[in-house]
Amino acid sequence: MKLIQAIIKPFKLDEVKDALIELGIQGMTVTEVKGFGRQKGHKETYRGTEYQIEFVPKIKLEIALADERVGEALEAISRAAKTGSIGDGKIFVSELHSVIRIRTGESGEGAV
Amino acid sequence: MNAYIPIASRSICSGLMFVLVLSGLGSFAWAEDGGVSQLNAGDTAWVLMSSALVLAMIIPGLALFYGGMVRSKNVLSTMMHSFIAVCLVSVVWVFWGYSLAFAPDVGGVVGGLKWLGLTGVGLEPLEGSTIPHLAFMVFQLMFAAITVALISGAIAERMKFSAFALFGVLWVTFVYAPLAHWVWGGGWLAELGDLDFAGGTVVHISSGVAALACALVLGKRHGYGTDNMSPHNLPFTVIGASLLWIGWFGFNAGSALAANGVAASAFVATHVATAAGALAWVGVEGLYRGRPTVLGAASGAVAGLVSITPAAGYVGPIAAIVIGLGGGVVCYLGVFLKHKLGYDDALDVLGIHGIGGTWGAVATGLFASMGGGTGLFFGNPMQVVIQVVGAGATWVFSFVGTFLILKLVDGTIGLRVSREDEVLGCDLTQHRERAYG
Repeated sequence: MKLIQAIIKPFKLDEVKDALIELGIQGMTVTEVKGFGRQKGHKETYRGTEYQIEFVPKIKLEIALADERVGEALEAISRAAKTGSIGDGKIFVSELHSVIRIRTGESGEGAV
Repeated sequence: MNAYIPIASRSICSGLMFVLVLSGLGSFAWAEDGGVSQLNAGDTAWVLMSSALVLAMIIPGLALFYGGMVRSKNVLSTMMHSFIAVCLVSVVWVFWGYSLAFAPDVGGVVGGLKWLGLTGVGLEPLEGSTIPHLAFMVFQLMFAAITVALISGAIAERMKFSAFALFGVLWVTFVYAPLAHWVWGGGWLAELGDLDFAGGTVVHISSGVAALACALVLGKRHGYGTDNMSPHNLPFTVIGASLLWIGWFGFNAGSALAANGVAASAFVATHVATAAGALAWVGVEGLYRGRPTVLGAASGAVAGLVSITPAAGYVGPIAAIVIGLGGGVVCYLGVFLKHKLGYDDALDVLGIHGIGGTWGAVATGLFASMGGGTGLFFGNPMQVVIQVVGAGATWVFSFVGTFLILKLVDGTIGLRVSREDEVLGCDLTQHRERAYG
C-alpha cells in the first residue's frame, strides 16, 4: 500500500477531487496548509509597510491506495492540478505499512 | 403595591442627593426668565443628534477602525481603549473637564471652576446660543472623548490598560481642557482670531502630537520591523472608517451649533473633502506602488476628514476638494515619517491626525472665504500667520504636556506591559479574554 500526499493550489482542489472520484477512489483527507517551494511567497503592503509573506496557502490531499492503483491516481492528480506555472505543487508517495478501518476492525488493503 | 419600588426610589434619592451635593445644589435649575424664547427646537435637535453621531465615531467607529489594524491578539484591548475613553472622559467632563474648558476665562489659558459638577449648566441657552447649555456641554463632551480615544492608536499593542486609563484622565484634564479653552472657550487663540471650525487643532493636532510623544516614550513594539504586524481584520477597519465618515457630519456640520446654512455648507465640504482625500491617497499609492489598497482608501478618507475639519464652515465645495486632495497626499507622506525617524506610532495617529490637522489648519488660513473667516487667497494673509501660531502652540503644548503626563504615569504605575505579556497579547494579559475562539 502507498500513501499519497499531494500539495496543490487551493483553487485546483475541485478538479483534483473530481478526477480521483472518476477513478473510483473512495476517500481522501484534505487539509489547508502553508508552505513554500520555488514559488517563494508574495509581498503585502499596508500603508506603505511591506511584508514578505513567505508561506503561501496550499491544500494538502492525502489518499491511501493499493499499490496497483497508485499509477493512475498520480496521473490523475498531476493532470488535474497542473497549470504549468510555478507553484503547482508536489506529490509525495510513501510506503504505507498498515491501515485499519475503525468501525469493523478490518485491516490491510481491504480497509483502504 | 410593589414592595421593591420604595427601596429603589430610596437608593435613587440618595444617589441624587450625592450628585446634587457634588454639583453645588442647583445645576439643573431653570433660569427665572428670558432665556426660554432663545431656544430653537431645530438647532437643539440637530446638536443632540450630532452629539450622538460623534459618539458613533468613537464607538463603534474608531474602535473598529483601530481594532482591525492590530494583530488578532490585541483587538479587544485596542477596542477597549476607545470604549473606556468614552466612559472616563464622560465622567471627568461632568465633574471638572467642562468647567476647565468652557467656564468663564482665567487669564486666557483655562476656564475657571465656576461650572464644576455642571453647576449652573442647565436647560437654558448660553448668551447668544439657541440650544440648551446642557446640549452644548454634551456635544463638547464627545469631542473630548474622541480626542483621548484617537491617541490610543499610538500606544496600541503594548500599553498597560491601567496606565492608559490614568493617562486618559490626566490628559483630558491638563492638555485637552486648556487647549479647548484656548480655541473655543474664549482663550488667547480665540482672541488672536485663530480659525478652527470643528477641531482640527484642538482634536486632531493635539491627539496626533500626543501620539508622537507616546510613541517616543513607550518605545517600539517588540518585534517591530522584523515581525509581521499586518492588520488582522481589514473589513473592521473599512467599516470603522465608514462610520467615522458618517459620524463626522455630526462633528463638522454639528459644529455650526445650529440647523442652518453653515451646517449645510460644512456638511457638503466635509463630504467632498473626504471623497477627495480617499481618491488622492489611492491615486498616489497606485502611482508609487502599482496597487491601490483598501486600507489606503480608508486611510485617505480619514485624512480628508481630518484636513477639512478646521475649515469645514469657512470654505465652499471646490476649496474643500482641494483641501481633501492635499490631505490625502500629505498624510500618505506623513505615515512615512515614522520609518524615516524610527518611532513606532502603531496606527499612524501622528501621520494622519497630526499631519492632516496641521495641513487643515494652514489650509483654513489659505482658503477661508465665508462664515466669518477670510484667508490668504481672499485678501487676508495674516490669517495664515495666525493659523501657524495656533498650530505651533498646540504642537508645543500637547507634546510637552503629554510627555510630562507619561513620565508621571511611568514613574508611578508603569506604562508598558512586560515583554512576556506583550508577546502573549494584551487581550489575554490585560483583560483575560480572547477575541476569537
